[in-house]
Amino acid sequence: MNMPVSQNPKTIRIVPLLLLVMSSACAVVPISPNNTPSALNPQGPGAMHVADLWWFMFGIGSLIFLLVIGLLVAALLRGQCGTSLTPPEMDSEAGRRWLVWGGIVLPFVVLVLVFGGTIATLVAISSLQNNPQAKIQVIARRWWWEVKYPDQGIVTANEIHIPVGVPVQIQLESADVIHSLWIPNLHGKMDVIPSRINTITLQADHIGVYRGECAEFCGLQHAHMGLMAVAESSEDYSKWLDAQQKNAVFPTTDLIAQGQQVFLKTGCANCHTVRGLDDSSVDASDVDLGPDLTHFYSRQTLAGASLTMSRGNLAGWIIDAQHVKPGSLMPNMSPDAPDLQALLAYLETLR
Amino acid sequence: MIVRSGSCTVLIGVILFLVCASGCVSQANGVPDEHTSEESRIVQGRVLIASYGCGTCHAIPGIPGADAMAAPPLDRFYQRTYIAGMLPNTYENLARWIQDPQAIIPGNAMPNLGVTETEANQIVDYLLHQPTVKDLLLP
Repeated sequence: MNMPVSQNPKTIRIVPLLLLVMSSACAVVPISPNNTPSALNPQGPGAMHVADLWWFMFGIGSLIFLLVIGLLVAALLRGQCGTSLTPPEMDSEAGRRWLVWGGIVLPFVVLVLVFGGTIATLVAISSLQNNPQAKIQVIARRWWWEVKYPDQGIVTANEIHIPVGVPVQIQLESADVIHSLWIPNLHGKMDVIPSRINTITLQADHIGVYRGECAEFCGLQHAHMGLMAVAESSEDYSKWLDAQQKNAVFPTTDLIAQGQQVFLKTGCANCHTVRGLDDSSVDASDVDLGPDLTHFYSRQTLAGASLTMSRGNLAGWIIDAQHVKPGSLMPNMSPDAPDLQALLAYLETLR
Repeated sequence: MIVRSGSCTVLIGVILFLVCASGCVSQANGVPDEHTSEESRIVQGRVLIASYGCGTCHAIPGIPGADAMAAPPLDRFYQRTYIAGMLPNTYENLARWIQDPQAIIPGNAMPNLGVTETEANQIVDYLLHQPTVKDLLLP
């Protein structure tokens, strides 16, 4: 009897329970700030349904967790902390009741609830596909996303622009293996299967930039296969459409013209399209091994959203792409250093 | 007997708490955040190095993902004698080089990134006082 706490068994019982409550509360605390790519931070109806389902399942899971821990604590306290240590008499009938209710009936009810919730969510998400305001093709490639607006003849990469507050249809295709598109703030995952078109309806309720990822392991650089979904006002969206429909600008200075020649003679044009750039030796207006670069520098990221768009990152990507994304189809280019400066100047005009 | 079972219950509670709490610890990783880091010039320099993308070509200790070998590594830069093989490695020269490498050696591979004078000074502060990777990993 040398420990003062032991004199009050009730306090001792409360301590672990308190800790338990504190720790379960802790699991709920890290709610994401705005625009974090989290499914618990829904910014559109599709993601809202997914988040509702998540919280529903979290609620059921928490109840079961508390029930199990409660039973565990009750079992631990039983016959201890001041009462007799003699084991209670065996009651096989009671044991069987625990098995039937806790082992069969309860799991059955839980599974039916979760299944019902999931079906309801699927139905709710598929009923979103009404009256899409725009149609966008997204083609998963090795390891980047090609984005096409067939109605406007726009081809871009790793960036989807959508008008805010209206549904937009995304048609998903794969050029190679199975990928999966996941923009957690806007929608659940949708697999991208070769030789098949899957569609989702995206809607963002707030203006913002939402990051998406490939969510199905697809090879070496799967982890560097991201894209940005830019939800903007309808004016900004139509401005963007107009700008993207234009051909690339013509070089205005000697340095930029030199950069354009570097682009052609180094072989960039063998994989990358720049609309409006035609040369007798290479037609750079219709190749699709690499991203379309017509309005490249207007994008927020490069290399499948693995680098932010900046001159430093661009230079590093050009000369050492295999270090940034080993295994990607972009080879390390090593133009003469002055040519590199000209090439950078040229690429930066492709806005 | 009562004493032992009581402290035993407390122990179980503590273990349960630790197990549950371990799932809650969020790890800060990636690019340093401008708003939460302390307002020192060295820390600011680190943020700038990350945002200008220096690490896409250079290996720089303490910058997430900066392990490239396309351009010279910048570790222990304070021990370097010359910048770009020609400028004595002083504070002013390094800041000048970072701001406008194309003026010092026209046509060299390092592009002008549009770094302002203040920013260049902060980057130099980092490069000349850069802590080791181990220091930065410790909280």
